[in-house]
Amino acid sequence: MKNRKLLLENVHIPGIETFDVYRKNGGYRSVEKALNGMTPDEVVEEVKKSGLRGRGGAGFPTGMKWSFLAKPEGIPRYLVCNADESEPGTFKDRYLMEKIPHLLIEGMITSSYALGANTSYIYIRGEFMYILHILEKAIAEAYNKGFLGKNILGKGYDLDLFVVPGGGAYICGEETALLESLEGKRGNPRIKPPFPAVKGLWGCPTVVNNVESLAAVVPIINEGGDAYANVGIGRSTGTKLISACGNLVKPGVYEIEMGLSVEEFIYGDDYCQGIANNKKLKACVPGGSSVPILPHYLVTKTASGEDRLMSYESLAEGGFVSGSMLGSGGFIVFDEDQCIVRNTWNFTRFYAHESCGQCSPCREGTGWMEKVLHRLENGHGNIRDIDLLAEINKKIEGNTICPLGDAAAWPVAAAIRHFRDEFEWHVTNKDEAITRNYGLSKEPLIA
Amino acid sequence: MKTETTIYQNTAEFKGFSKETLAKFDEIKNHFPAGKEKSAIIRMLHLAQSEIGWLSTEGMDEVAKMLNIQTIEVYEVATFYTMFHVNPVGKYVFEVCRTGPCMLVGSDKIIDYIQEKLNIKVGGTTADGAFTLKTVECLGACGYAPVLQCNYKFHENLTKEKVDELIDAYRSGIIEN
Repeated sequence: MKNRKLLLENVHIPGIETFDVYRKNGGYRSVEKALNGMTPDEVVEEVKKSGLRGRGGAGFPTGMKWSFLAKPEGIPRYLVCNADESEPGTFKDRYLMEKIPHLLIEGMITSSYALGANTSYIYIRGEFMYILHILEKAIAEAYNKGFLGKNILGKGYDLDLFVVPGGGAYICGEETALLESLEGKRGNPRIKPPFPAVKGLWGCPTVVNNVESLAAVVPIINEGGDAYANVGIGRSTGTKLISACGNLVKPGVYEIEMGLSVEEFIYGDDYCQGIANNKKLKACVPGGSSVPILPHYLVTKTASGEDRLMSYESLAEGGFVSGSMLGSGGFIVFDEDQCIVRNTWNFTRFYAHESCGQCSPCREGTGWMEKVLHRLENGHGNIRDIDLLAEINKKIEGNTICPLGDAAAWPVAAAIRHFRDEFEWHVTNKDEAITRNYGLSKEPLIA
Repeated sequence: MKTETTIYQNTAEFKGFSKETLAKFDEIKNHFPAGKEKSAIIRMLHLAQSEIGWLSTEGMDEVAKMLNIQTIEVYEVATFYTMFHVNPVGKYVFEVCRTGPCMLVGSDKIIDYIQEKLNIKVGGTTADGAFTLKTVECLGACGYAPVLQCNYKFHENLTKEKVDELIDAYRSGIIEN
């Protein structure tokens, strides 16, 4: 199929990280177009038409999110870019910001104009301190050239843009935790409602968007919302950055048009080029560690035998029974030598470590799951532990302020659903489980 | 949750921040509207830690004074975010990613190798005070795994050989802090 690139088309041009080269290659046109001939509402309308969905993981329509923004008189509004990319398997925003920082800045200027924000922030995870410096350099260039600051392009619109680092907390990727952190506090998520669109940063109306979503505003304004909606498939419009990792020949960041087949993505010459070391595919987590794992027989085909495509709908086909989610685009691939129990334990340890500690079900539940999985993996498990995990799962899911609890519960539930034989084997073959891995899971015997 | 939550004094060694760091503090405070300067706290703590190595109560108290907030407001932030070292660490802190994607391509072996090579356990510091080894959760570099971060620098696609080179390079000062 055709493969349009809308974000990373120019990424390989030498010097594209500088203002001059970026500008020469068509950069900052969207700012000119918006400020010269469009009202803020018209910009919002184009984004709505584009069908762009939040690229951070939830997939909520960006235009709709923008239209929820409260606009009371005399109170400032803020746009905050969520660059706290911490979902295991996801490293697409890092790539975009490092290679082509002006794309994000351009997207933020156009979006801030649409929302009527005069101060905007990029909240970036603390580990990406070197990217913070790249962004600040690019922002200084944009100020110098009159695209930021007072009276941009002589149109009477003012915008200040700042970068703020986090301190290494996964939870700050959740938008209300991010706002708490941006206010200089611990990253404890807030109870919603009120939503940030009404009460966000310092109690003012705020929109929080992912890096990739804001970057996508640039081609949407340049080419029009309808043109953007023509790229992709169905309600999954446009392109998506996929960060592929794990046991692949060629891991990395790829911009794909929505609707590319998963088969092509894993094995195609233009993409990941198959499983490393001539091994077989065992499983795949297609959207960051929080989404359900898919066993090999459900990766390239859905349960009904159709080709699985890289789109919100196709990856979710079959619901949680036989599907997963596109999530953040963190595509993690497991070869036949990997142990699912060990990996599930590892992910659960991650959530136990990253739980903010505010809600008991998550704080305690993730810790318990980690302990139970640890003993299963190390040959001290009991057959009842498998059901115990499912039991803990149910007590976390839906009982927490923010979705971290769900994100911790889903991978465990999915691993047990698809790889129960492997969990049981860890109990029945304790000695062996310590010395070797189970291998490929068996395909269920259903017609 | 972060496990290191006890804070320590370091009265003997803390001599205040340098002029450059103080100037940066002032600049960062200007990124926020009047009255909202507390937002600068995380970045100030990063700068403070870069200068003094780890965050002792003296350093944090100084930050609190500059932001005109209570010291507890700084302590609670420093003990929440994993990047802040609230107890003494070596000059170079190796933070090795241990999460799924890195584990799939052998981060366990890298962690074992560094422990062996530096003759310390995870969490420990070498006798000469040069290296501390820590494990951290996802660093967001999964496609270039296994990966470690040392004082804000990423070192990717690690192998045993690369670890050897890295340690030598830090020891001999080829890589500066």
